[in-house]
Amino acid sequence: MRAIGIILAGGNNHRMGELTKLRAIAAMPIAGSYRSIDFALSNMTHSHIQKVGVITQYNAKSITQHLSSSKWWDFGRKQGGLFVFTPSITANSNFWARGTADAIYQNLSFLKNSHEPYVVIVSGDGIYKMNYNRILEYHIEKKADITVVCKDMPSDVEAERYGVLSMNEESRITNFEEKPIEAWSHTVSCGIYVIRRRQLIELIEKCAEEDRHDFVSDILIRYRNQKRIYGYRIKDYWRNIASKEDYFQANMDFLKKDVRDYFFHQYPDVYSKVDDLPPAKYNVGSEVRTSLISSGCIINGAVHDSVLFKKVFVGNNSYIKNSIILNDVYIGDNSHIENCIVESHGTIRANSYYKGENGIQVIVEKSDRFVL
Amino acid sequence: MIKKEMIAMLLAGGQGSRLGVLTTYMAKPAVPFGGKYRIIDFPLSNCINSGVDTVGVLTQYQPLKLNAHIGIGTPWDLDRYIGGVSILPPFEKNVNSEWYTGTANAIYQNIEYMESYNPDYVLILSGDHIYKMDYEVMLDFHKQNDAAVTIAAMPVPMEEAKRFGIVIANSERKITDFEEKPEHPRSNLASMGIYIFSWQVLREALMALSDQPSLDFGKHVIPYCHEKGERLFAYEYNGYWKDVGTLHSYWEANMELIDIIPEFNLYEEYWRIFTSGEILPPQFIADNSAIEKSIIGEGSTVYGKVYNSVIGCGVVIGENTIVRDSIIMNQSEIGTDCVIDKAIIAENVSIGDRVHLGVGEEVPNETDPSIYDCGLVTIGEHSIIPSGLSVGKNSVLSGVFQIGDFEGEQLSSGRTMVRGGDRK
Repeated sequence: MRAIGIILAGGNNHRMGELTKLRAIAAMPIAGSYRSIDFALSNMTHSHIQKVGVITQYNAKSITQHLSSSKWWDFGRKQGGLFVFTPSITANSNFWARGTADAIYQNLSFLKNSHEPYVVIVSGDGIYKMNYNRILEYHIEKKADITVVCKDMPSDVEAERYGVLSMNEESRITNFEEKPIEAWSHTVSCGIYVIRRRQLIELIEKCAEEDRHDFVSDILIRYRNQKRIYGYRIKDYWRNIASKEDYFQANMDFLKKDVRDYFFHQYPDVYSKVDDLPPAKYNVGSEVRTSLISSGCIINGAVHDSVLFKKVFVGNNSYIKNSIILNDVYIGDNSHIENCIVESHGTIRANSYYKGENGIQVIVEKSDRFVL
Repeated sequence: MIKKEMIAMLLAGGQGSRLGVLTTYMAKPAVPFGGKYRIIDFPLSNCINSGVDTVGVLTQYQPLKLNAHIGIGTPWDLDRYIGGVSILPPFEKNVNSEWYTGTANAIYQNIEYMESYNPDYVLILSGDHIYKMDYEVMLDFHKQNDAAVTIAAMPVPMEEAKRFGIVIANSERKITDFEEKPEHPRSNLASMGIYIFSWQVLREALMALSDQPSLDFGKHVIPYCHEKGERLFAYEYNGYWKDVGTLHSYWEANMELIDIIPEFNLYEEYWRIFTSGEILPPQFIADNSAIEKSIIGEGSTVYGKVYNSVIGCGVVIGENTIVRDSIIMNQSEIGTDCVIDKAIIAENVSIGDRVHLGVGEEVPNETDPSIYDCGLVTIGEHSIIPSGLSVGKNSVLSGVFQIGDFEGEQLSSGRTMVRGGDRK
């Protein structure tokens, strides 16, 4: 194989609010059955990248738990496999990773001990399908030093929340700015890069020498005129999660037929850890409309325009509308939940009323649960 | 050195002919059950949940589905460095090559497999029952009684006892006698076809009886051990146990899963049933749909209405279609404006639009009245049922059909339309 993979899964964003209190963004549950990192991992395995390092830091436990076995993504191999890195104190360093470049620097031996000529670096919070070999071919064809995957966002999307870039006619990146005050382009970076392994080692070591730590600002932006940095424009579905609203919308996207068909029913499949839960059960009195229901759910009430993750219990005469219910939530009888995200393992007592009035309300409800 | 205290031998080679077209292309243990499972998932899950990590699966009849499902045993954590699951088909030998001719003959032909694990005990299971059982507790019982053979047995109503192999035990549970389907049963303890043998006892019996044609546990091995004066014990089991050997019992056992709190509860945490699920995404329930008293597997899409039914994974149910009292297995698609009443639809079936299944009066089936009964409509796997067809009760369809194949666009009750032996 020609490339190894690095998945950057250590980040948090304060705009996620209480949703990332106990988990990293890369471990956010998506579309009923998945976590955000599953998309990057599945892309890696479908691109025949057999050796992948996952760099964690913020709430690392949420990632390591999900990756407790690598076999679900077909990484249980003698050659290569899945390597999960958490920051550790060593003879040379007692720092947390101070940025993405620093995180790679602290695990530089992973790069140095590989023999594959290229590295695919991706962030763990993107929801997309991609054959990274396409980018690699493009990278070689352009004789690029670094290739950055980018996408033109629709004009109603606030591009200033992303890394914004512009390219010349032969797709070489001429300007790149991370989260500009005002977006001067609607082409944004998807946080997916291809680079030659030796080139990456050299750049990362130089960064470390100069006490610089961030891959985007200290490598991509700083070297944009010295190195041949190219953009690879994609048209397919791509979305990342940076805020509570992004997260809500990313899940609601799966209620659209084209998005579902693309991710659920078209080759290649997205892999995830298998939970072996029984089929969902609909009892008398259930009324489900335009919703995604996951395995292990038991439904006695009404669910409209919502996404229910695994093992959700909906009580008699309850009504759930335009909401996301994360896994293992118990909702008692006669409850009303509208415009909400209910945090996992929550217990909503009978006769509760929750409605997000201005935007989405996150419910973290840890009442005692009495189950037969 | 390799040493396993107890290994399991799972008999999965039988056709299960009373399941009709459901077992045309697969062995009975591979038949789907309960939305996302296959029948063999129950004994396999029981094994790993009981700490039995070495399982030989004996296959013979139509093994492809079974082999593909079991793979290297990953879903059950039976992909082990030493032990794990092994598929054991019949094989050619230097002399006396033969198929598996009976339950015990199959085990006899795999003595070397068992010996390689150097076991103290061998657990014999059959791959066609739905139940949860802790074989470790049964093994404890076996050891406490210093038994040579322990037979799992469950109490059945006295009037039904004549349908079973009955064991007669004293108050210490030591077996004193056997009766095979007795006219006037002296006990109501029915053998479940689950045995623990002390390895040397089993080995000796198999060697001694090796020339017996169609060597069978119930008919030959157990009576042999009994006559030899070995200590045989009955281990009483009182949980849910269902033989899904006929279409009607198969349909009934599936329907029991949709009760509010089913007797056989798949939602219990401490005894999970594992299965090979290649379909992961959640199911989508569209606007204008209605679902009550049903279970539905992963990745299915429901536009229509589903009542009292068990729906598998990756199934599509079209708009304005009504499904009642039916079983629809993985990856089957039902078109729009259909009415499906009391049907068993196997995997990968495609049903057109405006199809009505289960109409009219019950008439006994013309070819196999004892198989296709109770008013069920049975559709074999990979069938294509044309739009506009109306199908009566106690009928069976298997194959690729066009509407011109049916006079008056209907198949009346009791009819059989099965195409092709081997699928091309």
